[in-house]
Amino acid sequence: MAEAIVKAGILPQLICSLPEENRYYKKAAAFVLRAVAKHSPLLAQAVVQSGALEMLVICLEDFDPGVKEGASWGLGYIARHNPELSQAVVDAGAVPLLVLCIQEPEIALKRIAASTLSDISKHSPELAQTVVDAGAIAHLAQMIPNPDAKLKRQVLSALSQIAKHSVDLAELVVEAEIFPVVLTCLKDSDEYVKKNGATLIREIAKHTPELSQIIVNSGGVAAVIDCIGSSRGTVRLPGIMTLGYVAAHSENLSMAVIVSKGIPPLCLCLVEEHEDHIKAAAAWALGQIGRHTTEHARHVAVANVLPTLLDIFVDPRSSEDLRTKTKKALKNILQKCTYLPALEPLLHEAPPSIMKHIIGQFSKVLPHDNKARRLFVTTGGLKKVQEIKAEPGSLLQEYINTINNCYPEEIVRYYSPGYSEILLERVENYQPVL
Amino acid sequence: MAAASCGREERGSMAALARLKERLAGLREEYFLTNRAIDEDRIIKYKAAVRIQRWFRACRVRAYLRYLSKMATLIQKWWRGYLRRKSFKEVVERAYFIKKEKFYNEMAVRIQKTWRGYYVRKYIHNFYALKKYLDAVSVNNELVRYELQEFADMKENEEKMKDLEKKEKEKKYQARKMHYLLSTKQIPGVYNSPFRKSPDPMELLLQQSKPLTHRKQQVKSPFADELYGWPTCKEPPGFVASLPVLPADRQKPQGPFRDPAEVLQQRYKLMEPTLRVRESMYSSPPKAREPTRGEEWRDPIHDNQFLPFSSYHKNHEKYEPSLFTSGKYGQEAYGTKYFREVYPKKWVADKDFETLFSSIALFEKFGKTYSSTGQIL
Repeated sequence: MAEAIVKAGILPQLICSLPEENRYYKKAAAFVLRAVAKHSPLLAQAVVQSGALEMLVICLEDFDPGVKEGASWGLGYIARHNPELSQAVVDAGAVPLLVLCIQEPEIALKRIAASTLSDISKHSPELAQTVVDAGAIAHLAQMIPNPDAKLKRQVLSALSQIAKHSVDLAELVVEAEIFPVVLTCLKDSDEYVKKNGATLIREIAKHTPELSQIIVNSGGVAAVIDCIGSSRGTVRLPGIMTLGYVAAHSENLSMAVIVSKGIPPLCLCLVEEHEDHIKAAAAWALGQIGRHTTEHARHVAVANVLPTLLDIFVDPRSSEDLRTKTKKALKNILQKCTYLPALEPLLHEAPPSIMKHIIGQFSKVLPHDNKARRLFVTTGGLKKVQEIKAEPGSLLQEYINTINNCYPEEIVRYYSPGYSEILLERVENYQPVL
Repeated sequence: MAAASCGREERGSMAALARLKERLAGLREEYFLTNRAIDEDRIIKYKAAVRIQRWFRACRVRAYLRYLSKMATLIQKWWRGYLRRKSFKEVVERAYFIKKEKFYNEMAVRIQKTWRGYYVRKYIHNFYALKKYLDAVSVNNELVRYELQEFADMKENEEKMKDLEKKEKEKKYQARKMHYLLSTKQIPGVYNSPFRKSPDPMELLLQQSKPLTHRKQQVKSPFADELYGWPTCKEPPGFVASLPVLPADRQKPQGPFRDPAEVLQQRYKLMEPTLRVRESMYSSPPKAREPTRGEEWRDPIHDNQFLPFSSYHKNHEKYEPSLFTSGKYGQEAYGTKYFREVYPKKWVADKDFETLFSSIALFEKFGKTYSSTGQIL
């Protein structure tokens, strides 16, 4: 239908007389343009080529809020499709008018203007910079405490689209003093407000350690963790990724995440969620937390995360991406983990690719610790080690040799497979001494 | 005589000779053998002599060579010693310097080692500061969590209150509507069943509520729409589209008043502007401003500039005659035609001004259209 309209050339006629008509006409015309432009980039391109942008911008200057709403909605749908159309919208001079629209008292107009700004700035850093230069950030930041849920959604989405492109833009967003007001959004009753709030924090946290530091200092990590705990499904995803990004920057930040009790919710996510990409994100975040030092790995291991990760890795229903991420996370954590009681249960179930890391860890710890050696024997670990077949000369074999060298010969022989047969053979061949 | 003496000698020598001749063969052999022995001896002796000489000469040569080499060694020894002694000072200085440098390096390494360890432990990887920081973070987190919880609770309370209020309002409205269900003295109402111990709370509500009156017809102000639409609407406000409706139960005011319908009609009569007025109404704002601008230009109130001091008049407000109309004999009437006069005596190079280029082609042809006889000198 939209294509039919475009083909019939109705658009130019609609547009040419727009400035002189009254507000009802303008509203209806804006509605038509929006409806045509929303279906595909080609149609939006056709709308732009027929000169609609100037008219929509003229409508934006109108006094009637309904007309402004229709115009900005149309601009939003045009700008949504691709960067060139966004650039065309910006070139038509729409951005300062949209920023003015945001300051209007009508809530619906604010909502639409915020969503249009969000659509414009999401494509590229230059467009985001244009939006920022028009002074949008201050007004958007002022609207965060507004009680209207849909408005908050759009505002948070706009800020996160601006902040995601570069460090400078993220710093500008932070300088608008959104912390700690943004944290109240994480406690909102509306799911999408929580999601967009978490997205905004994620976009800020991912750039540099300093920005993550700001988030931690303002208590953002605790708020995000609570948000993860209280929501379900894809709403959790940006929160999980925030924790991952914060922990990835440095070990101090990772320790801060641990101290804020971040690991149990992530573990719950791994277990409860059904979607693979959320599980993959949770596994990645846990890997980032645990990979720094032995302390971190110990905290992660104590929370009983490793068996869960291993189960996911071995599970045939997991997708490739999930498996890769779980394997990487396991590898990173295991390489620093010296907490042997957590490694024991893994020993029995792990596939060979993970096994070599586990054995490697054992071979690093056992030569130095008596009690650990004793425990290792009593829990059947040594037996399991003997049963592993490794090619001679491989890394695994070296680790196994190191472990075997920690124990006296008899014990190693005792636990090696087939020892009972050897003993029985000796019994058979033995001549009793009379 | 000689012969005689010779003879004796001869006889003697002849005998000797014979004797010699007898011995000759043996003598020959003897002679030969002796010679041969001597010869061989001589050869042997010769060879021995050669050998001795050879050996001796060799000894001499060897001694000489030994001497030479000894001398050479001596020279070299002295020379090298001399050279070394000359550069001894530098060598010692260098060695001393290297030794000092190694020592200083080691000491510097020691200092740097301790300083870096201290610095890193105190500032960069300060364990205690990290611990304090993490404690502060957890305290802050607790605070933030508490505040957020408070905020969430507050929000919930607000919503609950709003719901409650809405319900209350609903109930009260219902009670007002169903006021007739109130029980009278004779007949108990629906909510006041005789079998109940105490009347239903609804009964109490009914008792307290005021009965609803007939709703007044909502008179929408005729001005609202038009004023709202004024900035963008093309047509100017005709002040009112419809006549306002007076309330039906309005009492007729006492006095000699005209019929209100008539009055209203007269007062709110629709404007029917002439074509000229309508044109100017529809015209764009800039054009509308122009008549006023023209009028302002035409009769300004204030021509004189602001004069702060009265003496300004006397000195500055002089009549300045126009240059165009002033001539040699006073002022010429405005509009007299004249042309620029030519003064050949004033010419600098016997030539009048030359135009660099002809500005107007037609005027160039002045006096030259047909022939050069019409030339102006």
